Amino acid sequence: MSIELAFRLDRGDFSLDLSLALPGAGVSAVFGPSGCGKTTLLRIMAGLERSAVGHLRVGGRTWQDVNQFVPPHRRAVGYVFQEPSLFPHRSVEGNLRYGLRRSQGNGDNSRLEQSIELLGIRHLLARRPHQLSGGEQQRVAIARALAMEPALLLLDEPLAGLDEARRHEILPYLERLHRELVLPMIYVSHSREEVARLADHLVVMDNGRVQAEGSLTDVFARLDLAIAGQPGAETVIEGVVDDYDPRDGVVRVNSDAGPLHAVLGQLETGQPVRLQVQARDVSVALTAPQDSSILNVMPARIEDLAEQGAGHVMLRLRVGDAVLLARVSRRSARELSLQSGLEVHAQVKSVALLG
Amino acid sequence: MPGSDDLTALWITLQLAAVSTLILLVVGTPLAWWLARTQWRFRFVVEAMVALPLVLPPTVLGFYLLIALGPEGPIGSLMEALGGQPLAFTFSGLVIGSVVYSLPFVVQPLQNAFSAVGRRPMEVAATLRASPMDRFFTVAVPLAAPGFLTAAVLGFAHTLGEFGVVLMIGGNIPGSTQVVSIAVYDHVEALDYTSAHWLSGGLLLMSMLMLMAVYALNRRFLVVRL
Repeated sequence: MSIELAFRLDRGDFSLDLSLALPGAGVSAVFGPSGCGKTTLLRIMAGLERSAVGHLRVGGRTWQDVNQFVPPHRRAVGYVFQEPSLFPHRSVEGNLRYGLRRSQGNGDNSRLEQSIELLGIRHLLARRPHQLSGGEQQRVAIARALAMEPALLLLDEPLAGLDEARRHEILPYLERLHRELVLPMIYVSHSREEVARLADHLVVMDNGRVQAEGSLTDVFARLDLAIAGQPGAETVIEGVVDDYDPRDGVVRVNSDAGPLHAVLGQLETGQPVRLQVQARDVSVALTAPQDSSILNVMPARIEDLAEQGAGHVMLRLRVGDAVLLARVSRRSARELSLQSGLEVHAQVKSVALLG
Repeated sequence: MPGSDDLTALWITLQLAAVSTLILLVVGTPLAWWLARTQWRFRFVVEAMVALPLVLPPTVLGFYLLIALGPEGPIGSLMEALGGQPLAFTFSGLVIGSVVYSLPFVVQPLQNAFSAVGRRPMEVAATLRASPMDRFFTVAVPLAAPGFLTAAVLGFAHTLGEFGVVLMIGGNIPGSTQVVSIAVYDHVEALDYTSAHWLSGGLLLMSMLMLMAVYALNRRFLVVRL
């Protein structure tokens, strides 16, 4: 199953023109500045923007093309709006059952139970929406969409309206959905952190157009995009826990970049993990350092480099099958004569566990 | 003690107010919904027409209704052609007059309530598989409940206090089209202040009780709405 779409929309001051093929599983993040058309794209997919012209096929079913327009209430879609949007005249349970009853009758409660469990909202069922915090409301709204067993879950910046603490309260639930459900999700966000933690596939939008698209690791490492030019630029590497040394707490992760060592706390062998490497924590050396305190030193090749600000150069390194960003000073780049194609040794000072 | 004509007048008044309010809610709800949602550029023309009874003297409105409903008027002659009676000087005629006269008092609160609901809850309901009719009744109507209450009370109360329109198109036929407000006027004209007191006091008490009940209820609605 996959999601194919192509749409055009013209609203005078804003136009959207894009075509995409998104994977039928996992999280596809749509990333971009506000006003770039991310939300409009989601609304088009849900059938809430009738003036958009184009086609949309989800898992072999056509939701929209030249000849037909499936109205929003007949699309197997779950939509989580930026603000929680619970019905104030219904209890939490009444909210959850509203979509459930209309999508599959009253018979099957298993998906409802699963949604309640996944979002941890069992203790809230009897409450009214106004008695919940913003974060709780948003968890209920996500569960409400999930309970209908949609073919596609659309999330429109579900954390944007929340403060930092609430955001970190909900992120683990979203990561859990990602791990435990095969349901394809499209996650609109302008937050790097959310994208790094949740996305498998990434679409970068700007001004109603698709600027870049691909796997998260590839797109994050592209130097021609603004996304790599930010000071907090990082690379995301996925791997599997291979070993845990109880003497000093060092975990060895088999990743696409080769074995990585880091102090991440105790992890189960065989557990899949998502690691984050900050570009500023990666340095390069022309010869392999002999007696360094840095745990991870790996042979690498410089694939690309771009100047960043007045004093820095961002390098894209190929390490094994993975890509790492490294941020070095412009002086080092000059003195070491760093250039594309050069073989170096990448030193990774710090690796963080995402989620 | 009020005479039997007075009690009949009271009964007719209540019937008139109840029937008119019911019809107003049925007619006013779709009209208010449409006004709250339409992007039509000439919406203001319809809004002005709905608001007309607010500024027009009731006698003017009553005069035109009398013409329209009478045997020579378009509605009256249509009724006659269909084998019925002209509507002037009948209870049905009073109902039509009241509906026109009280329309803004029902449509405006409903329109405001529907506008306050906004598009978002309706979109949410759509993504939760509710058809347009379904989401109107399960989302828009409950969320606009305070508006319905206000509309019903204003429609009822306004019809209760109607004088000029009724006088023009209903005449003053005791036992058939005489309502309380006109009966009071007649009693005062005849210097029968005792009867005027009974009727006026009764209407005053009834209106007060009704409004108190509504405000008490409305407070509960507001608590729910918070």
